[in-house]
Amino acid sequence: MIVRTLPRMPDDGELVERLRAGDEQAFVVLVGRYQPSMLRLARTFVPNAMVAEEVVQDSWLGVLRGIDRFEGRAPLKAWIFQIVVNRARSTGVREHRGAPDLGGTITVDPARFDSSGQWIAPPQHWSDRVVDRLFAEKAADRIHAALEELPPAQQQVVTLRDVEGLTSTVVCDVLQITEANQRVLLHRGRARLRQILEAEFGKL
Amino acid sequence: MLLRKPDLACQQAVELVTDYLDGNLSRSDRRRFERHLSVCPHCTEYLAQIRAIVELAGRAEPDDLTPQAQDEITDLFRRWQADPEQRS
Repeated sequence: MIVRTLPRMPDDGELVERLRAGDEQAFVVLVGRYQPSMLRLARTFVPNAMVAEEVVQDSWLGVLRGIDRFEGRAPLKAWIFQIVVNRARSTGVREHRGAPDLGGTITVDPARFDSSGQWIAPPQHWSDRVVDRLFAEKAADRIHAALEELPPAQQQVVTLRDVEGLTSTVVCDVLQITEANQRVLLHRGRARLRQILEAEFGKL
Repeated sequence: MLLRKPDLACQQAVELVTDYLDGNLSRSDRRRFERHLSVCPHCTEYLAQIRAIVELAGRAEPDDLTPQAQDEITDLFRRWQADPEQRS
């Protein structure tokens, strides 16, 4: 048996050290690692892709300027995302000021339950189909597209939690929202994704 | 006598899914939720779908940077390095 060693990917801690020492290659690796996520995140705050790119460029400058002050208490990714959110908020026009927009989507249409709260129109069963690679790929594509149809606040929370895999505590920090809001936004956002998928499930 | 909370209705169960997955339910609510799942294939499917969505959402599309974006970023780095004023 031939064992091939994969090229070692430096971890974030190592990249931070190298960046502090002025290593351009470390910066390039970081950009490759996080730029796509940063663009996705920025896009949820600003009106178009061009503004999102400006926000991300500006955020990288913020990363370079601030890297000496990064303390490593939160993951590097979360620290970078926080910079993106701050820059995007100061540019963005999509966001409502004042009370956070929880996005008034209901979890499941009440008409699908009888008066005692039991299903009368239960969900079509599809979850066991995700073991089929082709189905899973199509569903994943549809989920990523459907994310963009969510109200911005839900989109931000679902993206950070489920696409980026951050914990609820870190997400609250990055977005500066309360734990309670985070929970409602995540709950409604995921429920909405499920609704969208259910409506199109027959085509997958 | 200990009063057992009434069984959950499906409409209540679907509202607990997110807190259940995040481990935010009290022990008694978790038991109640799991008891409901054990007799309700539809809510079991609902939970499985939400789990599947979370898992599928996390499958990131590999997104390579365009050569132009690479150049811009290298340029940004060099300008930053060349200008000590920018280092705070």
